[in-house]
Amino acid sequence: MTVEPARSALGHQLRHQLPLLVWLVLVWNLLWGTWSWANLLSGIVVALAVTLLLPLPPVVGGTHLHPVGLVVFLGYFFLDLVRSAALVAWQTIRPGGIGRSAIIRVQLRTDSDLLLTIVAESLTLVPGSVVIDMDRERRTLSIHVLHVRNLEDVERRRAAVLAEEERVVRAFGSADEIAALAHAPGEAPTGTGRRTP
Amino acid sequence: MNEIATVRDVVAIVLVLAGAFLCLTAGLGLLRFHDVLTRMHAGTKPQVLGILLIMVAGAIRLQGWSAIWMLLLVAAFQMLTAPVSAHMISRVAYRRRHVRRDLLLVDEIRSGESVDRVYRGDEPADAPPEQPAASLRASRREDQAPSGGSPRAGE
Repeated sequence: MTVEPARSALGHQLRHQLPLLVWLVLVWNLLWGTWSWANLLSGIVVALAVTLLLPLPPVVGGTHLHPVGLVVFLGYFFLDLVRSAALVAWQTIRPGGIGRSAIIRVQLRTDSDLLLTIVAESLTLVPGSVVIDMDRERRTLSIHVLHVRNLEDVERRRAAVLAEEERVVRAFGSADEIAALAHAPGEAPTGTGRRTP
Repeated sequence: MNEIATVRDVVAIVLVLAGAFLCLTAGLGLLRFHDVLTRMHAGTKPQVLGILLIMVAGAIRLQGWSAIWMLLLVAAFQMLTAPVSAHMISRVAYRRRHVRRDLLLVDEIRSGESVDRVYRGDEPADAPPEQPAASLRASRREDQAPSGGSPRAGE
């Protein structure tokens, strides 16, 4: 990070930590279970103490929520959650046991830390895949997928990963990042949409 | 009023049983699957959905908002933390080669530029290199290179 005057750096930091602060206050209040001003004030004190004593690197860029994209993403997410849970549950109890699996690398198009985190988390939860490794510089995810029978299945899984990425970006991404979806993976322009500290 | 309560109870019971069944299959998967990577699938998907269903049933059946907020937190943290722990365990398992390669259809991590033939200090101590002669040559080359000769050495 570049050296900035102290006051604007503090404001900058506070602005980026604001979602985290709100989340911590919310968790504190939910844990107490009842709403009161004392809970709110003590929650703010605890949240400030946590963020100041245990600072995290800021999430650059913040989120841009798109309501329609969010609904689509959540709808597919829960549908996929049920489907993949049923698939894995069936594989555990069926007599034939588990099929073959595969490890694939997928080149993603988005270039933001936050979006990549959301993509990786939702991929591990939903479509029969666990993220093994991520190459941040080349924007590739290495994913272990369950139950592939042939190479066509592998390609279908790769397409599913890219579709999941597209839904995440359409739900949380900025205009630049949505535009970057149109580029083929690998030739997307670096620099404009890049959001790293 | 009484009928509504009965319907609510039935829905809650069905959800609890479905959730418990999914958690059972998660446990079965840990026993029946072959290696760490596939076991992680069992530990994430049926497990998380099972917990979610049980939380929903609890929210239907329990009285009072404070318990429901708590259930919401449990569900949220389950969905946030299960993928992270599964990812960390899978990553360590892959790097230490606890992988049944004969059951893999394709493995694209190994193809191309990032081949893990050389000792990198990340395998179990007793793991033999997969191609001993090549690995010895490569590690000598890495030793002689002035600084960071291999592109992956600095990771």
